[in-house]
Parts: sequence; structure tokens; C-alpha cells
Amino acid sequence: MLKAMFHACLLTTVAVLGSTHAAAAELELEKEQLKLGFIKLTDMAPLAIAYEKGFFEDEGLYVTLEPQANWKVVLDRVITGELDGAHMLAGQPLGAAVGIGTKADIVTSFSMDLNGNATTVSNEVWNLMKARLPVDAQGKPVHPIKADALKPAVDAFKAAGKPFKMAMVFPVSTHNYELRYWLAAGGLHPGFYSPSDVSGQIKADVFLSVTPPPQMPAAMEAGTVNGYCVGEPWNQQAIFKGVGVPIVTDLEIWKNNPEKVFGVTRAWAEKHPNTHVALLKALIRAGQWLDANNGANRKEAAQILSRSEYVGADYRVIANSMTGTFEYGRGDKRSVPDFNVFFRYYATYPYYSDAVWFLTQMRRWGQIARSQPDQWYHETAKKVYLTEPYRRAARLLIEEKKAAHSDFPWDTDGYRPPSKEFIDGVEYDGRKPNEYLQKLTIGLKQGQVIESGNVTTKQGAT
Amino acid sequence: MSTSMLAIRREQASTAAAPGTPEAPRPPQEATKRRESLWIERLLRLFTTVGLGFINPVVRLCRGENPRQQVRELWRQLGVPLLAIAVFLFAWSQASGRIQTSLGQIPGPIAVAKQARSLWEDHKAERAKAAAFYERQERRNAARLAKDPNARITPVKYTGKPTYIDQILTSLKTVFTGFLLATLVAVPLGILCGLSRTVNASLNLLIQIFKPVSPLAWLPLVTIIVSAVYVTADPLFEKSFLISSITVTLCSLWPTLINTGVGVNSIDRDLLNVARVLQLKWTTRLFKLVLPSSLPLIFTGMRLSLGVGWMVLIAAEMLAQNPGLGKFVWDEFQNGSSDSLARLMVAVLTIGIIGFLLDRIMHTVQSLLDFGVRR
Repeated sequence: MLKAMFHACLLTTVAVLGSTHAAAAELELEKEQLKLGFIKLTDMAPLAIAYEKGFFEDEGLYVTLEPQANWKVVLDRVITGELDGAHMLAGQPLGAAVGIGTKADIVTSFSMDLNGNATTVSNEVWNLMKARLPVDAQGKPVHPIKADALKPAVDAFKAAGKPFKMAMVFPVSTHNYELRYWLAAGGLHPGFYSPSDVSGQIKADVFLSVTPPPQMPAAMEAGTVNGYCVGEPWNQQAIFKGVGVPIVTDLEIWKNNPEKVFGVTRAWAEKHPNTHVALLKALIRAGQWLDANNGANRKEAAQILSRSEYVGADYRVIANSMTGTFEYGRGDKRSVPDFNVFFRYYATYPYYSDAVWFLTQMRRWGQIARSQPDQWYHETAKKVYLTEPYRRAARLLIEEKKAAHSDFPWDTDGYRPPSKEFIDGVEYDGRKPNEYLQKLTIGLKQGQVIESGNVTTKQGAT
Repeated sequence: MSTSMLAIRREQASTAAAPGTPEAPRPPQEATKRRESLWIERLLRLFTTVGLGFINPVVRLCRGENPRQQVRELWRQLGVPLLAIAVFLFAWSQASGRIQTSLGQIPGPIAVAKQARSLWEDHKAERAKAAAFYERQERRNAARLAKDPNARITPVKYTGKPTYIDQILTSLKTVFTGFLLATLVAVPLGILCGLSRTVNASLNLLIQIFKPVSPLAWLPLVTIIVSAVYVTADPLFEKSFLISSITVTLCSLWPTLINTGVGVNSIDRDLLNVARVLQLKWTTRLFKLVLPSSLPLIFTGMRLSLGVGWMVLIAAEMLAQNPGLGKFVWDEFQNGSSDSLARLMVAVLTIGIIGFLLDRIMHTVQSLLDFGVRR
């Protein structure tokens, strides 16, 4: 019975593949066999879906997907060429361009998703902060929870002489900047970086450090950290394991923030322009599939991701956040339809304004040691975010009738309209990075540098 | 080394004292029967060697040799171990339910058996997917050739995940490569050490220093060096495969090296003196004298080396994220699904059973050689 069904599936997929092939004018591919890396997180979904649904093969690409140990390994292996491309943190190509950590020429033409992260604290911390949280009619805490609520816990730790430690996944990760944004908006200092001290803990109230995503729940269970900011399913996992409570999602910190990108080296992109476009076509279709019909495919996606070769966590854990809900505390499941966005709101388009936001945060926390003119922000963004391959892929998909003209933001100049949808309501306009930095209370301002652990203003520095 | 030597001696003792050995003299009409029983004796000794000694009492029982003693023997060799396993399984299933982890209860034997089966089903499903993949590829290539007869077609290997069985095979391939390299290095060096006191003195300290180094310490070094040195456009081996094998080599080299040295060193001095008197060439001396008489100890060393290599490999794969059983263990740890614990236990049992089989194979070879030399 099962076998018969399987065969039937096989035949239909073969038939579908055959038919699409006849219609498509294939790109002249420079390379057919590709190895792509990913980290075990639900937002690698576009890669898994493009593979499982045959989108890669439709483009004539034979792709092997390989899980990686941590973000540093991902970046290093893309640089050395062991991987052709990879699921990356949006900050990684930009950080590599600026020279934070490893300096390298990584580019991206595809934003893999929006949102999808959350911050979780240990049961101990939750008990310290729970009492003072405002509750609604049903006695459930009111969301979004601001970092002010965390203050009693941090103070209690300080009084006991213990450092309050939180984990994020990488120094240039979205999580680092989101967690910092949230803490700073609540008056807690997350610490500065300086060229001589890259721990990022100068003047910190809360000490942030790096832990690979899948190890977060174990690290918190072991008491190594008191909380963390990470992608799914590792926040939901904390609830199922009973080791912590998710308190804030990144979409409450900044609505529809860019999260992961698909990164390749510039040399690779220049050597394989057609292969790059073919890859983008497959990934765009995967994004479309994930958001099609109001998320009708999300359950199937969660099934696929729960396989051990992809994310490998239990289906119910993955489905919790992938199917438009999010569980804040045990049993406190709420509807969050935009928790994972893969295609809506032009999610896949590589907006310059997204790149600029990350650059402003790198400057805000001292990873970029000196202030830079607005022009520098725009140039760096345009150097790393390549829109042309994306537009070419989109045009081809429209020609092949696999996408509609309205699926893509054809008229954009690469900057999203200014938005106030941040947890502190500060307006962000990607065209004016320096003006934005001046508006943020905690953080380095125009002309400020960190010198021997102190903030000083350099005269004449711009 | 000493324990394995003891084991050998004990087994020999048991075969020598094997009950019911036919005793001469016998009437001449029983000559054929005697030849037959000689064959059976030989077969029985082989069973003991490969670790299937419990068959012997059964055979003897069938031939009607001293039934009471055979039954007692069968109980000791088969009944007791089976009972011990049964007790272990019972204790495990009783204890497992009581420990609650963040991934749920510790799985009992039944849950583990279920996961082993599901891994096997997974393997079969993946093979079916691979077949479909190749079919699609063929179709595509045919279409491309039809369009352009000169199209360059390169066959593509299946791009799906490696299954549990694949991981086992990868690990075996890696460990044997590392072991082979180790043997190739260790045996010649060991012979030199055994033959010359000067060489022995010069190498001894180095051996003592490198021997206790953990694979986890070697691994980063090996990784960096291999990545730097092994740069080719079209690699014959995967880098990860080389890194794991070389780490295995570095850690498993020592038992063979030391045992070979001891073996060569302990050759009967009279034999060497005779060789000197006869003015044999050094090659003759090496292949006719030194190697044959030190073979049992060389093999004892190799058996230990393979055991060490297998243990080291799992750690190396785990840390370096190289394909194989170690990677499987790490991935399941990371996945943290409700099946993960049971799968980890399947992996532990698999690693143990394979290690046991490897040891048995080496032991068999070693005993056969030992027997040959003694004769």
C-alpha cells in the first residue's frame, strides 16, 4: 500500500519534472553539483524545500545539503570553497566586508526570511521577573515584555555577586543586535566592543557570549547561561524540555526584521553567474511555496524539517512556531501569524536598507570603531547586497509563469519606507544612518570611540 | 598486551584439555572414523578460535560423547552468557523508566530495538529515493543528449543524506585506512627498534611522549595541516576522510610499534647467532627469521591498535564533523528529538558490537598465525 503510494508519488513528480523541463529554456550552468551548508534552524527551510520539492533539480542543479557545526564553520568553509554557498546570518556577509572577525568578500542576493527568533530566560530568572509583570484578564502576562521587566533579575544577580549571562549565536548575528536592542531599550547596557577587546562586554550590565544554536537549551539547563536569543526550534525546545520560558519574539523588537541570507563568495558569484541565478530561482520558488495559500504548506514543511538530516527536532516543537503560533510559556500558545515570513512583504528581496540597519548596529556597539559618513553605509550595503542576480532570477520565473509580476518589488530603489515598528518606537530610515544612531539612547554617537574601556569623543573624527 | 596473551594461553589450555579427545590405541577398522574425528577436532578448535566455542558441546553431544559433561559445558558457555544478557536487559528496562531527562524517559530495550528498526527502514526508504534520483537523472541526460548530441554529461552521485548504514561503512573504511597506515609505519619502525639498541634508545622517549596524546589534541593540528597541504582541484579523497584517518593513525600506531619492537627483540639469540655463522643476507634474515618469529607479537600489537583506532575514530568524527558514526552521534545529540536518546543508544550498541567483531577477527588471524608458528 505504502509502496504503491510511493510509486505513484514518484511517477507524478517525474511527470511534473519532465513537463517543466520541456517548457523552460535552461540556463547554461557553469557548475551542476553544489554543496550548500546550513545550521539546524527552522529558517533553513527554503533550502530543504527547494531540495525536497525538486526546485533545484528543475534548474538542473544537483545540490547536497550539509549541516554545519556553527556559524564560524559555515563562514570559513564558504571562504575556503568547501561549500559553494550557505545559509548565513544577515550580519555575516556585512561583518566580513567590514572586517569584524574574518575579513572576506561575501555577497548575497537572497534574503531567506524575516523574523523567526525569540529570547528565552531560565526558570530561575523567570521566577524573579514574573511577579511584577502586568497580566491580562486571563492572568497571562501582557506581551510584548520590555527589558525593564528583566531589571529586578539582573539586580538580584548583581547583589549576589553573580554575572548575569546571556547567550547569542555569533558576534555579527541578528540575535546579538536584537538582544542588544531589546536590552538597551529597557535601560540595560549590553556592553561595547573595542578594537582591542572583542568580548563585547565593556561597561555591560548583561554579559553576552556566543553559543551554537542547537546547544542553547543544554547550556541553559547546565546553568552556563541565564538566557539566550536564538532562532527556532530552540526556544520552543526550552518549553518542551522545561528548562526556560520564551519572553520576547524578535518581531516584537522590530517588526519584520531581516534574518538569514543566502551567501556566496564574490569570486564564486562572478565565476558562476548563471548557476547563481538558477539557485536563486529555486530558492525564490521555495520561499513562495512556504508562504503559499496563507501558510497551507507549513505543516508539511514542519514534517520535512523534523527529519534528522535537517533540523531533526520533534515535529510538534517545530510546528509550534512554523504554523503561525508561538508558545510563550507552557500552555501559553498564542497566534503569531508573522513569526516566520519566507515570502510575504517581499521577504526574499535583498534590501539595502536591511544591510544598513545591521551596519548601524555594528557602529552602535563599537564593532565599527569610528563613525562613518552616510555615504559609507550605502556603499558598503551596495557592495554586499547584489540585487541584479535576484532581479534576473525573478524575470526568468515570470517568463516561465512560475511567479507573478506583483511578487517582486520592481519599483524599489532598495530602501524600505521608514518604519517606527520597533519596541521603543524610534523611527528607522535606512537613507539616514547617522541621524538614526543619534536617536538611540544607549550606544556610541557621532565621533565617539572606545579607548581603554571608556567612551571618549575624538575631535575632528567623522 | 599482557591480558590478551593470557587470554590466548587460557584458550589453548582449554582446547588442550578438551574433554573426550580420542585416545590411541584403536582397532585398525576404525581408521576412517579416526580420520573423521581428527577433522572434527580441527573444526572445533576453529570454532573456539573465532569465539563460537559454545557450538563445540553441541557437536560433541550429537556424537554422543559423554553427554553429562557436554550439557554442563553447554550451560557454561551458552546458558550463562545468555542468562547474563537477559538479566542485564531486565535491569535496564527496570531502571530506564525511573530516570527522567529533558528529552523524556531513558528508553528501554524495546524502544531502542524499535529505533534500530526505524533506522533500517530509513535506509531502505533512502535507497528508494536514490533509485528515483538516478532515474530522473538518466531521463534528464537523455533529454539533453537528444537536444545536443555533444552535451557534456557528468554522472552525479545521489545527493541525499547518508543513512545509518552508510555512516557505519564510512567509519569502517576510515578506521581501516588509518589502521593500514599505522601498520605500514609501525611495523618497519618496530623492527628497527627491535634489531638495533641505538635506534631503540633514540626513539623510545619520543614514543613514550606521543603515545598518551589524546585524539582530541591531535585533531585540530591534523585538520589545519591537512587543509594547508592537501590542496588539489580534483581531490581523490575527501579532506574529512583524510583528517579522520590520519588522526586514527597517529593514535593507533603505538601498540603495534611497541609490540613489534618487543617481538623482534625477544628472538632466540641462538637463532641469530646461527644466521650470523651461516652469513645469511639481511633480507633472508629478515624474512626467514625475524618476521616469522615475531609475527605473533606483531599481531597482538595490531589487534590492540585496531581497538584503539576504533575508539579514537568515533571521537575524531564527532569533533571534526566528519561523516561516520561519530557524526551520527553528534547530530542526534544536536537534534534533541524524542527519538534521539534511543538512537544514541543504538549507536552505542553498534559501536560496541563492531568493536567486538573487529577484535574477534584480529584475534582469529592472530591465533591462526600463532598456531602456524608453533607448528
